[in-house]
Amino acid sequence: MAFLEISDLRKRFGSLEILKGINLSLDKGGFLVLVGPSGCGKSTLLNSIAGLEPITSGDIRIDGRRVADLHPSKRDIAMVFQSYALYPNMTVEGNISFGMEMRKIPLAERKAAIERVSKVLQIGHLLDRKPGQLSGGQRQRVAMGRALVRDPKLFLFDEPLSNLDAKLRVDMRTEIKRLHDTTGTSMVYVTHDQVEAMTLATKIAVMRDGEVQQFGIPSEIYNNPTTIFVADFMGSPAMNLLPARVENTGGSVSVVLARADGDELRLAVGEEKGKLLLRGPTPNLIVGIRPEALTDPAGADRHAKNVVEAECQIEVVEPAGSDTFAVTRLAGKDVVARLRGDALVHAGQKTFLAFNMDKAVFFDPATERRIA
Amino acid sequence: MTVLDMDVSDAKRMARMRVINRIVIYGLLGIFAVLYLMPLFVMLVTSFKTMDEIQGGNMLALPRSPTLDAWVKAWGQACVGLTCNGISGYFWNSIKMVVPAVAVSTVLGALNGYVLTKWRFRGHTLVFGLMLFACFIPFQSVLLPMATILGNITRFGITLRSTFGTSFGLGDPTANLAFVHVVYGLGFTTLFFRNYYAAFPDELIKAAQMDGAGFFQIFWRIMVPNSLPIIVVTVIYQFTNIWNDYLFASAYAGTGDAMPMTVALNNVVNTSTGVVEYNVNMAAAMIAALPTLIIYVVAGRYFVRGLMAGAVKG
Ligand SMILES: Nc1ncnc2c1ncn2[C@@H]1O[C@H](COP(=O)(O)OP(=O)(O)O)[C@@H](O)[C@H]1O
Ligand SMILES: [Mg+2]
Repeated sequence: MAFLEISDLRKRFGSLEILKGINLSLDKGGFLVLVGPSGCGKSTLLNSIAGLEPITSGDIRIDGRRVADLHPSKRDIAMVFQSYALYPNMTVEGNISFGMEMRKIPLAERKAAIERVSKVLQIGHLLDRKPGQLSGGQRQRVAMGRALVRDPKLFLFDEPLSNLDAKLRVDMRTEIKRLHDTTGTSMVYVTHDQVEAMTLATKIAVMRDGEVQQFGIPSEIYNNPTTIFVADFMGSPAMNLLPARVENTGGSVSVVLARADGDELRLAVGEEKGKLLLRGPTPNLIVGIRPEALTDPAGADRHAKNVVEAECQIEVVEPAGSDTFAVTRLAGKDVVARLRGDALVHAGQKTFLAFNMDKAVFFDPATERRIA
Repeated sequence: MTVLDMDVSDAKRMARMRVINRIVIYGLLGIFAVLYLMPLFVMLVTSFKTMDEIQGGNMLALPRSPTLDAWVKAWGQACVGLTCNGISGYFWNSIKMVVPAVAVSTVLGALNGYVLTKWRFRGHTLVFGLMLFACFIPFQSVLLPMATILGNITRFGITLRSTFGTSFGLGDPTANLAFVHVVYGLGFTTLFFRNYYAAFPDELIKAAQMDGAGFFQIFWRIMVPNSLPIIVVTVIYQFTNIWNDYLFASAYAGTGDAMPMTVALNNVVNTSTGVVEYNVNMAAAMIAALPTLIIYVVAGRYFVRGLMAGAVKG
């Protein structure tokens, strides 16, 4: 049995159903990231786990124990909030020790715990300050300290990095990952940033409108998205999603895309996927190709079995140092290709691009679900 | 005349207009300030004069030889109705009524605001609407029903006294008045605190819950210590209103030893034995006004800050 088990969890605010039957599980020591656009119910789910929101129906188990009816403080959980939620009237030390004080832990023990945590997070010199006198990064550390000092079974984080500037965010991300590695405590982490999700998680749950769209390990989510939504949400730049038509010419199956000049681009898919496509519900589908599966021929994956090279008109070139992003037009959409940093392409020029069809995914436009 | 000349004369004209504007604005402000301060000034100088000087001289003139005689007399010997023991007793009556009334109504208002924003229950908007409505009930319409309630409380106090030997303060006019002011003020204090706490981050409450703090621990340890601006606003508002109240005071404690300051002051001024002692009256009025003045001076800057705090979400 998994360490954290959420089964058929539902949450209603009045007549509005915000969580529509959530099923998730996490092994001990795992790092579960809930990711999804703003308003999809991530915080509500996290608050339900914490016990800050009563649930309408369903079950939550931590370490085999039903917690749905337990008060937040009895669940052996610590939480880091988006706004940090440091008590403004207390010093850093007061903030960290408040929980222990409420639990009537003796003063000597409290002091020792504060010392231990402030050493881990390097906030020893801040203990006498009020939260108002701290920088964003320092507040973040104190908020983590307050959670850490409890030595809980489960850590909850609600978008802990979204208030930091870009540089600090990357640093703190590493710090959280290190914290997870050293303490080995199970964590549930909410973010709307898919990069954070990919870098931190051992398991990702992609959420949309109160439902889990896909639940799996990061590489699975990235390489095998089950819906258009997941494909589009994960990855930056986003996956190219292009309307196309399936054709079977002389035993080889290919998808046909409209080019800007009225011609057609024919991309042969492998035998396996071809069969699935022919058996699929519709000849009209959506092809998903990640930018890194669309490169200059010299940079293409040598182990790929189905690579199609085609000449494309480049409209915009965006050098980004390590990579160069080139934009062309296919099927009425902007298509982003990811070329090597030193690839020689210019806007307005025609050049050959390699489509790695091994990595392409195919969706039914009606159900938005994966066909192959 | 060149173009440049015209520009220069334009600039000059604009500068002159600005100066004139300033003069008009500051002049008007000055005039109104003087107008408002005039009564206070007259009261103050008169209270330090002797009766001879008042009868003979100019109302606005400074006292020739300032004396505290009138203040001493107002405090200790002035006649309120038939007793001539000064206003000191009534001053303390007011203090004994105001301090508990302000304290209780502020604490209850804070609790109400806390519950209405952080522990929402079904129908909380209706309850708040009714509390808000209480702010608009005129004093006069409360008078009679309240008199009936106070009568019942007093009767209950008498029953208690005959059984236990003490009424536990029930029916005591000062306690009655404090009760009336708590009830009447609750709408306002609730409104103040509710609006302040509406902008108070919910996550702080959640964090405290996770830390294991209960309803009252969160209130006393988290809410109250972060409410200084609104506490100051509420205390000033309640203190000034209750201290200055005349209607309830005269209706429920209008006679005898329990009179509050406002009623006593009125009686001092109306008790005429021969000449009207303006200096004593003015000194008594100054003493009556002093506590509210002190409250403003001490806490005034928080007052403004507190009023702003509710307006701008932090
Ligand atoms: N207390 C509440 N009452 C009614 N609706 C709420 C409440 N809290 C959240 N919601 C709604 O639930 C949805 C999900 O909110 P939330 O869990 O905060 O989303 P996320 O954290 O993913 O951005 C939103 O549409 C929000 O408006
Ligand atoms: Mg959220």
